[in-house]
Amino acid sequence: MAEAVKEAASFSIKANTKGLGYSFWLPVLWLALVATGAGSAHIWKLPAFDQMDWDHPAAPPGARSEISVSVSEGQKIDLPFIYRLGTDTMGRDILTRLLFGARISLAVGLVAPFFGFLLGGSLGIFAGYFRGRFETLVVAMMDVILAFPGLVLLLAISFYLGPGVINLIAALAFLTVPAFCRVARANTLTWAQRDFVLAAKAVGAGHLRIIVGHILPNILMPMLAYGMLLVAVMIVAEGALSFLGLSVPAPTPSWGGMISEGREVLDQAPHVSLIPAGVMFLTVLSFNLIGDRVRERNDRKICEL
Amino acid sequence: MAFYLRKLVRLLVVVIATSALTFLMVALLPGDLAYEIAGAEATAEDVAVLRQELGLDQHILVRYWHWFTNVCRGDLGISYHTYEPVLDAILARLPVTIELLFFSQLIALALALPAAIISANRAESAIDRGVGIVGFATLSIPSYVMALVLIFLFALRWRWLPATGYTPFSEGIISNLKSFLLPALSIALIEWVPLMRVLRSDLIATLKEDYILVARAKGMPTWRILLRDALKPSSLTLVTILGLQIGHWIGAAVIIEMIYALPGVGRLLVNAIFSRDFLLVQGCVLFITVAYVVINFVVDMLYSVLDPRIRLETVNG
Repeated sequence: MAEAVKEAASFSIKANTKGLGYSFWLPVLWLALVATGAGSAHIWKLPAFDQMDWDHPAAPPGARSEISVSVSEGQKIDLPFIYRLGTDTMGRDILTRLLFGARISLAVGLVAPFFGFLLGGSLGIFAGYFRGRFETLVVAMMDVILAFPGLVLLLAISFYLGPGVINLIAALAFLTVPAFCRVARANTLTWAQRDFVLAAKAVGAGHLRIIVGHILPNILMPMLAYGMLLVAVMIVAEGALSFLGLSVPAPTPSWGGMISEGREVLDQAPHVSLIPAGVMFLTVLSFNLIGDRVRERNDRKICEL
Repeated sequence: MAFYLRKLVRLLVVVIATSALTFLMVALLPGDLAYEIAGAEATAEDVAVLRQELGLDQHILVRYWHWFTNVCRGDLGISYHTYEPVLDAILARLPVTIELLFFSQLIALALALPAAIISANRAESAIDRGVGIVGFATLSIPSYVMALVLIFLFALRWRWLPATGYTPFSEGIISNLKSFLLPALSIALIEWVPLMRVLRSDLIATLKEDYILVARAKGMPTWRILLRDALKPSSLTLVTILGLQIGHWIGAAVIIEMIYALPGVGRLLVNAIFSRDFLLVQGCVLFITVAYVVINFVVDMLYSVLDPRIRLETVNG
């Protein structure tokens, strides 16, 4: 086992000597593109995301629409309008729905881990710093939550809370708490024993000052790396819920929902499903790649210490 | 002995805690179970009578105790939509889920073993890096996307296999296996990666041991060293990962059963959520979770039997 860990460590150092490289910057570029698209979804001259065009259902990419008057928030669109990525089963523009769907995916993917990070992270830090009964209690609670298979717990919570974006984020955030808690606690345990913490205590620093000033800065990066991976997990999980029809209610677009709706026409018009599937894959891959790079950097820094 | 006893106590605590959470999930549901069951036309008296019948007017701890003793006797309540006992409904669908999980494990292992052996044998080579990159990318594919791609290729483009539908085992083994092939592949083509990674790094570590060097010096063929001398001592972590990954597999199975219309426990759970069939949801969640916890317990035990060092470390530490 120890050999295996060393092997992995040496591998990452070698891969790191060239700097972050394209396997870091390409994903960053893609995510920037998705984020900009999501942020500016309403200002492009595109049909509304629920604007149906029954003359062109499941049209291939590049199809022209000459008859339908597509209006997005009061803007007139020059005809003929070209569906750059085609239309879905109800003749709605896939590009528009992808951009608006990115809002849901990114909101869920970033906001849910953020709250999980706050709650789980602080529980983990306190548990690892103060130890004692509080730690035992926190660890036991996290063990119980982790005893449920992830998706089953997610289904149970979303069943309990009912539909809606806020509830969805709450359910997903709850799911990330144990993971953040564990990472925070494990890292706090090692840092809390270092000499500089002892020195701070000797100088008379309070618990809060030690935690915020001396421990938090050190465990932030490993938690961030873990957070990146969790963002990817959240996007997939939200997609799974939309796929099952348990996420945001229609007609609000979400990537998982678009993939699911396209199943009906998978035979004749596979792009309706496969374009959102590809976009989701690239986004999840990007978060995974960035998280992996950040983690490698951390490992390397710890090796150098 | 103390080691096993402690593990057993821990198992019991977790089972009781998860059961309490599952109970609370329905007990604290916004709105009353009695209203849901009685329906929209029920009068206030009807609901009151029903509340008494269901024991909803008692203290929550009393209710939990009643529920828990019933569960221990195998009584998970009755579905209010089909009037089928919940446990019977679950057990009737369990074989489908088990068969799905079994085949996906089998396929995943069949992919992971050769890939790990080839990678470990030539660590850091082009093949090794290639397998690593493919594995990394694969882990970013959600199982529902994998399922769609497989349906698109195998069922729609090439028309080799049925897209959805399920043939029971009793109606022919071949068509039964055919209906499981795509669903099992949808899970296995993603989940082989963690297995491969763990086995690869353990194999690399084992291949550096002295006895492997001795075997090489004696002139043993490489395949024999890999398969006979290195594989077995390297597969311990693999056993643990198989246990830990079961949670993942179960989650994937829920979605895959929905996509391929396989009548398994996952499909039962999702349909129960749609019809707001409280006791069925509760029963499914409890059943799946307890099964998951017990499987992990068994794997833990198996691991400590296979490798006595684990047992000693935990007792001494």
